[in-house]
Amino acid sequence: MSYSIGEIWLIIALLGVGTYAIRFSFLGLIGDRKMPPLALKLLRFTPVAVLPGMVAPLALFPEATGGATDPTRLVTALAVVLVAWWRKNALWGVFAGVVVLYSGLILTGQL
Amino acid sequence: MPSASVKSAYIKGMRDGAPFLMMAVPFAALFGVVAADAGVVMSQIIGFSLLVIAGAAQFAAIQLMIEDAAIALVLLAALAVNLRMAMYSASLVPHIGSAPLWQRALIAYVNFDQTYLQSMLQYESAPEMTVPQKAWYFLGVATPITPAWLGATIVGALVGQAIPPEYAFDFIVPIMFLAMVAPMLKSLAHVAAAVASVVVALALTWLPSGTGLLIAAGCAMAVGAAVETWMERL
Repeated sequence: MSYSIGEIWLIIALLGVGTYAIRFSFLGLIGDRKMPPLALKLLRFTPVAVLPGMVAPLALFPEATGGATDPTRLVTALAVVLVAWWRKNALWGVFAGVVVLYSGLILTGQL
Repeated sequence: MPSASVKSAYIKGMRDGAPFLMMAVPFAALFGVVAADAGVVMSQIIGFSLLVIAGAAQFAAIQLMIEDAAIALVLLAALAVNLRMAMYSASLVPHIGSAPLWQRALIAYVNFDQTYLQSMLQYESAPEMTVPQKAWYFLGVATPITPAWLGATIVGALVGQAIPPEYAFDFIVPIMFLAMVAPMLKSLAHVAAAVASVVVALALTWLPSGTGLLIAAGCAMAVGAAVETWMERL
C-alpha cells in the first residue's frame, strides 16, 4: 500500500460521507410524504430480495476454500434456512447452522 | 421523556440486538487485523469503523487499497457495496418516515444489515407498533452492536492475529443472515423473490462487487410484487 496518510483520510472521509448519504437518502428526504402504492409493494420485498443474493455466492463459492464449493457449507446454509423457516425463529436457525457447520467440518477433517 | 411503551420498545430492541455481537465481534476484529496488516494506522482504522461503519464495504476498500488501486476506484467499489442500503432506507419510510428528523438521522447512521433486518422482522410481526416505538426499537437493536463493532475493530488491530481460517468464522455471517431472512419467507411471493435474488446474483458474480447484487435485488422485488399481484387476482 503506497497512499499517503492524507490520502487514506480522504478515502475514509469520502466513504463515510457517501455511505451516510446512501443510508439517509430516502428515510431523510421523503419523511412522511406518501409514496406510490407500487413503490410500497416493491419495497416490502427488500429484505428477501437483498439478503439471499448476498449470501448465495458466499455459500456456494466460499473465500475460505479459495472459491471451491464446500459441501459442508452448502448443507449448513440449507439447514439454517429450513430450521429458521420451520421454527419461524432466527436463533434456532443459527443454532442449527453452528451444529451442522462444525460437525461437518470435523467429519470431513477440515477442523 | 419517552413514554413507558417507547422505553420498553427500546429495551426489547437491545435484547433482540444482543445476539448480533456473536457475528459483529469476529467480523470487526478481522477488519482490524486486515487493516493493521495492510499498514493502516490505528487512528485511521478507528476512523473506518466509526465513520463508514459498514463491514462489507470496509473490507472491499481495504482489499483494493492493498492492491494500490486508484482512489476513485476504491470509493466506487466500496460505495457500490453499500448501495443496497438505499433500498433499506426507502423500505423504512412507511414505518418510521414520520419520526422526528434527529431520530431518522441517527437511525440512518446505524442502518446496516443486522439492525435493519432485525427491525423489519419485528415491524412485520408486530404491526400494531407505533412510529415512536418502531424508531426506538431500531435504536435499541443498534445499541449493543455499534460500540462492539468499534471496540472489536480496535482489539483486532492491537492483537493483529487473525482467527485461523479453519475455524470457519467466515461462515458465521452467512448463517446469521440466512437465519434472519428465512422466517420472512411467509408467502409464495416472498419465496419467489428470494429464489430470483439467488439465481440472478449467482449469474452476475462476474460483475464488480455489489453491482450484481443490486440488479438481483431489483429483479427479485419485481418478481415478488408480480407474484403477489397475480395471487391476489386468483
